[in-house]
Amino acid sequence: MGDEKKIPKTPKLDELDKGPWPSFVREIKRAAEKSPMSRGLLGVLERSYNEKVGHWKHGGIVGVRGYGGGVIGRYSDLPEEFPDIAHFHTIRVNQPAGWFYTSAALRTICDLWERHGSGLTNLHGSTGDIILLGTRTEELEPIFSELTQMGFDLGGSGSDIRTPSCCVGPARCEWACYDTLGLTYDLTMHYQDEIHRPAFPYKFKFKAAGCPNDCVASIARADLSIIGTWKGPIQVDAAAVTAYTKDGTDIQADVCDRCPSKCMAWDGKALTIANEWCVRCMHCINVLPTALRPGPERGATILVGAKAPIIQGAMLSSVLVPFMKMEPPYTALKELVGKMLELWAEEGKSRERIGEFIQRVGLGNFLEAIGLEPLPEMVAHPRENPYVFYEEYLEEEPTEAKA
Amino acid sequence: MANVVLAGKELELDEDGFIQSPELWDEEVAKALAKQEEGIEDLTPDHWKVVKYLRNYYLEFRIAPMIRKLCKETGFPLQKIYELFPSGPAKGACKVAGLPKPTGCV
Repeated sequence: MGDEKKIPKTPKLDELDKGPWPSFVREIKRAAEKSPMSRGLLGVLERSYNEKVGHWKHGGIVGVRGYGGGVIGRYSDLPEEFPDIAHFHTIRVNQPAGWFYTSAALRTICDLWERHGSGLTNLHGSTGDIILLGTRTEELEPIFSELTQMGFDLGGSGSDIRTPSCCVGPARCEWACYDTLGLTYDLTMHYQDEIHRPAFPYKFKFKAAGCPNDCVASIARADLSIIGTWKGPIQVDAAAVTAYTKDGTDIQADVCDRCPSKCMAWDGKALTIANEWCVRCMHCINVLPTALRPGPERGATILVGAKAPIIQGAMLSSVLVPFMKMEPPYTALKELVGKMLELWAEEGKSRERIGEFIQRVGLGNFLEAIGLEPLPEMVAHPRENPYVFYEEYLEEEPTEAKA
Repeated sequence: MANVVLAGKELELDEDGFIQSPELWDEEVAKALAKQEEGIEDLTPDHWKVVKYLRNYYLEFRIAPMIRKLCKETGFPLQKIYELFPSGPAKGACKVAGLPKPTGCV
């Protein structure tokens, strides 16, 4: 029995432990000193690298009572050889908005996970949640009970609303055009049922970014991307612009020439901006942070439809509402989302993300069903389709014929 | 994987307690699965309504229905389904109805 405590020899994995950079193998080895599950994981992973075959079975349905999401079942197909990782379920824990913790909270979670799981964590997964890797089915209810006593809750998984996530927003960043943390908390509480009890055709993700820098990459990942923006001219502090030139910034080359819509001009003394051509790329503001600021009237652009390539290819979100004020209780946003979810839940096919649904039924039909007027800002790719369909003209034709 | 005797039949269950041969299912098996795997002592008429709807849908289409459809056809809101089957429609109700394990997704 003494051998079982030995960390298995892993010559292939050791290659990934060489060099100065962070290594998941190093972390698993560290956890393996305390945890039999992590030792088992090293063993099975080395074997997979030798055989070039994964040894996790597909699927697995586990969970806690009352919830349909939050736990992802994982079973080994070599349970006899690696009994310690016959079960290796993942738990998603709803992160605090903006990922702010006290060190005490982090320690409590790590301690809990050493008692009930492999000790391995992933802070944070791409969903935004705290990911606790590797536990057994019989541990799930005790873990859930301890987590909730600590004030944490499980996140989303499966075909539900996933844990909403956001950038640090106004907590740390001067560019935030709305309170991303406040909105994320509000959405999380508002959609508790939909987060914990999957009832949609597929997953649905909210991501809230405070400005068009989009630090949470919402435009590439979220079914509903809420990206901060502004109305009116970019605010310019002329003296501060001059100060940048004295520090060696080449305004023409570094700012004007890199503006994608070429809306800025520099005559060596003053920076002028043709704001009507601004596409909110944030480049000039990022280069001259003390001199330029977003315009004073702030809110968010609501975009829909991004997804990573799982069933079909990757998609980016496209504009649904060019400008919406983002203030509690966020009624306009919730009403809009409510209509979209209702339509997609009713008409969507199994495993069809809302972006794919919109492609299938057509944006025109989608807008009509949720009661939005088409706007030029919704055109994702200008001049892509030369065939313009004048619906009103076609409707009017019979009347004209009569006359 | 484990072989168990439920309602006088020898059945193979997977790790999550789903029967591996859905054709061996009958109402006695459902009662035994409910008791042993889901901790439901007695299946009420409401339980049976859900189980039978799932079973018939599966026999017709060879897959489990989408959850929204299940709620609509039985007239039970999702919360009610979770009250009946605390581990949920996929893990609890489909298991009792003897459906093959729904392929979950992350």
